[in-house]
Amino acid sequence: MKLLDRHGWTASDVVPVPIEALGDGDAVLLPNDYKAADLLPLQSRLKLIAIAFPKFSDGRGFSIAKALRAQGYEGVLRATGALIPDQFAFALHVGFDQIEISDEQAERQPVEQWLGALTAIHDSYQNGEDGTASILTRRRYAAEAAA
Amino acid sequence: MYRYDEFDEAVVRDRVTQFRAQVKRRLEGSLTEEEFTPLRLMNGLYLQLHAYMLRIAVPYGTLSGRQMRQLAMIADKYDRGYGHFTTRQNLQLNWPKLADVPDLLSDLADVEMHCIQTSGNCIRNVTADHFAGVAADEVEDPRPTAELIRQWSTLHPEFSFLPRKFKIAVTGAARDRAAVAVHDIGLRLVRNDGGEIGYKVLVGGGLGRTPMIGKVIREFLPRDELLAFLEAIMRVYNLSGRRDNKYKARIKILVHEIGTDAFIAWVEEEYAKLDGPSVNADPAELARIAAYFAPPAYETLPAVSESFEAAKARDPDFARFAATNLFPHKVPGYTAITVSVKPIGAPPGDATSDQMRVLADLAERYSADELRITHVQNVVLPHVRLDDVPAVWAALVEAGLETPNAGLITDIIACPGMDYCKLATARSIPIAQEIAKRFADVERQALIGELGIKISGCINACGHHHVGAIGILGLDKAGVENYQITLGGDPGEQAALGQRLGPGIDADAVPEAIERIVDTYLEIRADPGEAFIDTVRRVGLDPFKPALQPTEARLEAA
Repeated sequence: MKLLDRHGWTASDVVPVPIEALGDGDAVLLPNDYKAADLLPLQSRLKLIAIAFPKFSDGRGFSIAKALRAQGYEGVLRATGALIPDQFAFALHVGFDQIEISDEQAERQPVEQWLGALTAIHDSYQNGEDGTASILTRRRYAAEAAA
Repeated sequence: MYRYDEFDEAVVRDRVTQFRAQVKRRLEGSLTEEEFTPLRLMNGLYLQLHAYMLRIAVPYGTLSGRQMRQLAMIADKYDRGYGHFTTRQNLQLNWPKLADVPDLLSDLADVEMHCIQTSGNCIRNVTADHFAGVAADEVEDPRPTAELIRQWSTLHPEFSFLPRKFKIAVTGAARDRAAVAVHDIGLRLVRNDGGEIGYKVLVGGGLGRTPMIGKVIREFLPRDELLAFLEAIMRVYNLSGRRDNKYKARIKILVHEIGTDAFIAWVEEEYAKLDGPSVNADPAELARIAAYFAPPAYETLPAVSESFEAAKARDPDFARFAATNLFPHKVPGYTAITVSVKPIGAPPGDATSDQMRVLADLAERYSADELRITHVQNVVLPHVRLDDVPAVWAALVEAGLETPNAGLITDIIACPGMDYCKLATARSIPIAQEIAKRFADVERQALIGELGIKISGCINACGHHHVGAIGILGLDKAGVENYQITLGGDPGEQAALGQRLGPGIDADAVPEAIERIVDTYLEIRADPGEAFIDTVRRVGLDPFKPALQPTEARLEAA
């Protein structure tokens, strides 16, 4: 498996374990039908939450990430599975920090494609968990600055 | 009309560059076909029976003369010189080549147009009343809302990989011409007791193989809360919509399976958790958008135009056109003209590039540079002076666009059917053509009055047959095309699904059966003012059932 973040390939020794086996661990792997609210009691002690993407076309993980950030989770969020470069910006935008992909995929879709995809669309109509100010927000700033 | 600012422009330009790179990566093999498919679909590109099909977004059906002229140029340059207006107010090209598509998108971007989210499991091009800003029964023009939704839903990071496609429609009028009750989300602009404008929110309507009428989940949503509330609905759907079976993946199935009350509770729970201000548009932003839809500079005119009245008295053909294809404008002395793209015997909704150019010219010269595409697959010139109608009509006659059948029995909605679509189980267009030929007589059409026939070539219902006053569904029965007929469907404010009249019939029996249904209606209608749909509502299906039987059987029964 290969891990990447917004700067390129990265590495981590933290191995998340499935929620059933978590015990008092601090890194959990969630299936993509997990309810974010169920994690509220323990999220403050978690360093890493990984969310499984069994298929890139199954977008549930994006909403789980968004919900976790909305309920105050501040640790590392990792998407693990079948995401493609064209989804990288979306993943960061909803609050993921890292993407974990297979070696096969990393070979077929090298890091340049992932980083290139990040800047394919420069502006977004939505405010992002990664600090992206939406076009709507930026219009407001521009109008306020002009006033 | 809305005009892009530098942000809107940049997004569309970036999307073209992004798609160009995606095509290249596919051709080089870095993207598998499976990975590329949703990416091209999210840019409106389908692989059809004979070729690629590209669906160009016409947001809420509004476009300028310049945009229409560019569509004509594109149809000539990349296709076979014609395009097809769709039931989602879009334009489809049936023969573009994959390698040409990035350049085509770039040509579209030159006139502030795109193909973003005209297909795929994402929020699709938002639709609205085609008489927005024209109709007198309007609380407010729905297009600023629709444009706001277009922006918010464009390349939405969280909602681009939904369980299934997602369609939103908006109307601001009492009379629902946007079919909001058969959309995933339908929004009706309403005024509350305090005089404030907000939205009635319907969720879970839809056609397809499991047709449903949308359920009201909020009677009144304050205007400023729209986007956050939509986001709550979308999050519930994205997390809980079924993904195990594509035929059960639309939001209507979720609403149906858990029940409306439970669905409301889930949405409200999600909504309570949302940080509204981080999602909702600033009121100033909606006002900025709304300013683009300010009414054109109308002249002060008398309500009656002498030249228009004189032309009607002089020319019965013009009088017929004026009686059927004009819609009352809220401003005295003006009218909205429905240009029928349904000439008798031709594929419904197809327009040639020459016709598109004529429409562009007419819009610029006579209609405040505005055109609308209707979900009935026609084109509207929304702001024409009554004085100018004779001149517009003369130009339409010249272009073969003067068919006087708006809203009448030959103004048929039909999907592309087996002639173009790989999903289809039967032909649609030839059925529409045969019915239109049978009812070609304009006097007879006028006598029959308002009657919507809608034809789908498979159970996916792209021809909206469920909401046709007469619906026709083409199926495959052991290798033979077989057509089921339904009556009583209505996409409007009294939304209803059609009921099956009886067993399916062969293709060549369809026109005859429709004729007998119409004859029955003419016999039993209370008075000439009772529309077909109202007669069906009053008497039910029974009087129409014999119409499906062959002549001999009916004689025996009699």
